[in-house]
Amino acid sequence: MAVVPPAGAAALAPNSLQTIVRHGLNGTQTVSDTPWLDQDGQKPLVQIKGVSKKYGDVTAVDNVDLDIYSGELFCLLGGSGCGKSTLLRMLAGFETLNTGQILIDGVDMADVPAYERPTNMMFQSYALFPHMSVEKNIAFGLQQDRVPKNDITDRVHDILKLVELEKFKKRKPQQLSGGQRQRVALARALVKQPKLLLLDEPLAALDKKLRKQTQFELANIQEQVGVTFIVVTHDQEEAMTLSSRMAVMDAGRFQQIGTPTEIYEFPTSRFVADFIGSANIFEGRVSEDGADHITVQTDAVEIFIDHGQSLSVGSRIWVGLRPEKIRIIKSDDAASGLNQISGKVDDIGYLGETSIYKVELPNGQIIDITAPNQSRPMDREQRITWEDKVMLSWDPSSAMLLSS
Amino acid sequence: MYGKRSRFLTIMLTLGLAFFYIPMIMLVIYSFNYSKIVPVWGGWSLRWYNELFQSQEVWEAVSLSLQIATLNATFATLLGTLAALAMVRFGRFKGRTLFGGMIVAPLVMPEVITGLSLLVFFISLNELIGWPAQRGFTTITIAHITFSMAFVAVTIQARLTGMGQDLEEAAADLGAKPFKVLTAITLPRLTPALVSGWLLAFTLSLDDLVIASFVTGPGANTLPILIFSRIRLGLRPDINALATIIILVIAVCVAIAAILMLRQQRRDLRDQQLAAGEG
Amino acid sequence: MSDATAPEPPGANRPFAKRMMRKLQDNWRSVIIAIPFFWLLFFFLAPFFIVAKISLAELAIASPPFTKMVEWTDSGIMTIRIVFDNFTYIFEDSLYFDTYVNSLKISVTSTIICLLFGYPVAYAIVRSGPVAKPILLFLIILPFWTSFLLRVYAWMGLLADQGTINNLLIALGIIDEPIRMLYTEFAVFVGVVYTYMPFMILPLYANMEKLDGSLNEAAADLGSRPTNTFFKVTLPLTIPGIVAGCLLVFIPATGEYVIPDLLGGGNVNMIGRVLFNEFSRNSDWPVAAAVAIVLLFLLVLPIMVFQYYQGKASEAD
Repeated sequence: MAVVPPAGAAALAPNSLQTIVRHGLNGTQTVSDTPWLDQDGQKPLVQIKGVSKKYGDVTAVDNVDLDIYSGELFCLLGGSGCGKSTLLRMLAGFETLNTGQILIDGVDMADVPAYERPTNMMFQSYALFPHMSVEKNIAFGLQQDRVPKNDITDRVHDILKLVELEKFKKRKPQQLSGGQRQRVALARALVKQPKLLLLDEPLAALDKKLRKQTQFELANIQEQVGVTFIVVTHDQEEAMTLSSRMAVMDAGRFQQIGTPTEIYEFPTSRFVADFIGSANIFEGRVSEDGADHITVQTDAVEIFIDHGQSLSVGSRIWVGLRPEKIRIIKSDDAASGLNQISGKVDDIGYLGETSIYKVELPNGQIIDITAPNQSRPMDREQRITWEDKVMLSWDPSSAMLLSS
Repeated sequence: MYGKRSRFLTIMLTLGLAFFYIPMIMLVIYSFNYSKIVPVWGGWSLRWYNELFQSQEVWEAVSLSLQIATLNATFATLLGTLAALAMVRFGRFKGRTLFGGMIVAPLVMPEVITGLSLLVFFISLNELIGWPAQRGFTTITIAHITFSMAFVAVTIQARLTGMGQDLEEAAADLGAKPFKVLTAITLPRLTPALVSGWLLAFTLSLDDLVIASFVTGPGANTLPILIFSRIRLGLRPDINALATIIILVIAVCVAIAAILMLRQQRRDLRDQQLAAGEG
Repeated sequence: MSDATAPEPPGANRPFAKRMMRKLQDNWRSVIIAIPFFWLLFFFLAPFFIVAKISLAELAIASPPFTKMVEWTDSGIMTIRIVFDNFTYIFEDSLYFDTYVNSLKISVTSTIICLLFGYPVAYAIVRSGPVAKPILLFLIILPFWTSFLLRVYAWMGLLADQGTINNLLIALGIIDEPIRMLYTEFAVFVGVVYTYMPFMILPLYANMEKLDGSLNEAAADLGSRPTNTFFKVTLPLTIPGIVAGCLLVFIPATGEYVIPDLLGGGNVNMIGRVLFNEFSRNSDWPVAAAVAIVLLFLLVLPIMVFQYYQGKASEAD
């Protein structure tokens, strides 16, 4: 699982967007990519304060707080029923809040109905009006704002150019392919130049190949128009590719908020470590707390970590190790150093570019290791196979401290 | 769910269709019978059609029935649509349970009870405020609207529920105010259901005998009332002729509707091909 | 959207205007609810209360022929007269009781016949090919739109003493004398089954059509013979359709008036017919009203069952 920076791949001509606000496009990725860091005292665009939503006895969103800054592409990631869609619908104005407050650009949205909010939404079903052509679908929102006719024509033309659908403007939605419908839905929401664009599973209805391609397109368009995006998704790869910052949600709460790299490399809980990518989890107690390191004694092995907060000796803690961060070599020797452990290969899955090894540790725990297949597995001597004794090791920086 | 049709099923299907259609075919054949006594064959003739067309009474009944049916269908569609919108799109409101009950009740109410309660109601109202002074066109129309709006409401409710709320939400999200959402999105999407609701109400009214018999007054004979009063005494060849004409008209209308639906299906298929071709 | 540049302070007028808009919107919704609501309240619910009221009154020689429930005596005292005699009378007089039982007997039997006959027909349509299916469906729906009265009339021609069936049987030498069929209970059964059959077939069809064909294949794959598959898989899954179809036949059949009158002549008494005649002859309105109220309760039970099933079905979705 690689973290792909959204910037870099430019495909669409920026000039085609005279009418669409552009900002923060510097070519190099510095200031605009991390708006949450350099606020300079500026207010967040979206402030979610202590928001809860209950349906009967079920709490869909449980007292969450979140600030989102202008220009961000923020992903809400979580499994079905975690409350991410409810939160999005509250931002759009389709659901009322039980407690808390939502402010957009400093204005409390409590009494603002959906049709007066400075937000637009791209629906999971796309919700294109089947009795209107592509053109009319896109113009619909502008007509509601009583934009002069000539302006509407121009803006619809420009946005159609952006999403490369000029040829299809007279078609009805049912005459378009899934990918084209997706782009119409995006165009229809974007053409109103909202302060905030809400996208509910924007790529879920596309097939896998198209989805991957569209991920980059979406990130590009966001960069060009400079509108703040909030994307709801259940697909972790999508969240990592798209987002500048993301929140992992579970049971109505945020488990962790951060950049994709932070979330993948430094998850704070077992849930996040396991939800994003996969992780081998060891339970243990802090055995030593040095100035620049910490040692955790687990059942299987003593783990030395050269980062992390200060913890009192003896406190219970979990340590996560990503399968790809563990080195595996064939060896009969017993483990002799820090962050080393011997084991026996229990099972192997050959995936082509990599292989996944299930290794049984001396205490019986089975952990996963992935390793690239650098050489062809013809050499019988070097090849790791079932029942082989192996030595596992990892860097002191690789282990992740999980507090819960 | 296609699959093999066993011999038993084919036989049952054939029997079923024969059961449905033989009586009607016989009815049509005997309408061309010259003989005055229906089951006795007296040779082919258009005698009864001729007699039918010259009957002032029949024309008046047809005209009355068509007027009532048109007025009823229009009002029932209007009221039924409002009722369905209220039930499906307006969330909770005071009296919603009672409202829902009143919409469903006419569907399962025996016609005899609806008819007699409306008759009693009109009589009491007349005593109270002097209206309706005479029963006939107005009272039949009101009675028909009352029971057929329930059928329309249920049809439209099903359609509204099936449509989901995505499109309405999308329109609101794009800045359309609730009334605009209703006129620009909800109603156009409902058009097919509105058409079938109207047709249903129209047919229900044309078909109704029992309720109309209760609430009608002197001189106001709808077509079913006229037919009923004649066939109560036995078979009549002129009624066979009338039945043939009615069956023909209905068959043509239903066939046209079916062809239109088939065309729509073809158009959808073409759209799908178009979409797939340039995906 | 932002009012920051507006010349007047945005807070001053805006909330008032907004409140007015809201009020208008609320009223607009209330109007939509109110029109059909009051129509039904006035023309549907109110009449029932009047019927209920009459059922508790006494027969009087007047127009309308019943006593008033609320009367003002000369001294200005209001008296309320409620009489339950009508209800006791219904259950004591064997005419009414027998008619009830007879109505139920006819409607229940007809419902069962419709189910036994309609189920295979619906199943046959579902299993037909893509070309035949819409045509067959059309043929089932067509009688549904055709005049009810005329369909009953068609059977008069078939069943009469001199009717098609008797003529045919005599011509074939099977019988010498015509069999009496019209104006018997048999004719009523035929009429009810004939007119209400589409109400059975259509919900069954809709239910069966939704069934996943791969279920049958799965059952066959697991070694089940077609007959076994039908009883163990298809039949249990079509119970909602069976319930809906049975109620759609049973409820209107119980209150039927036209069929017993035309095909049963004076020989078959059903409750709808008794009610109609009682009322149209303007004779005993209070008793007739009581009969109507009892019939209502007789039918409320199956309706409740129906709604319970529908509620369960929508919960499952």
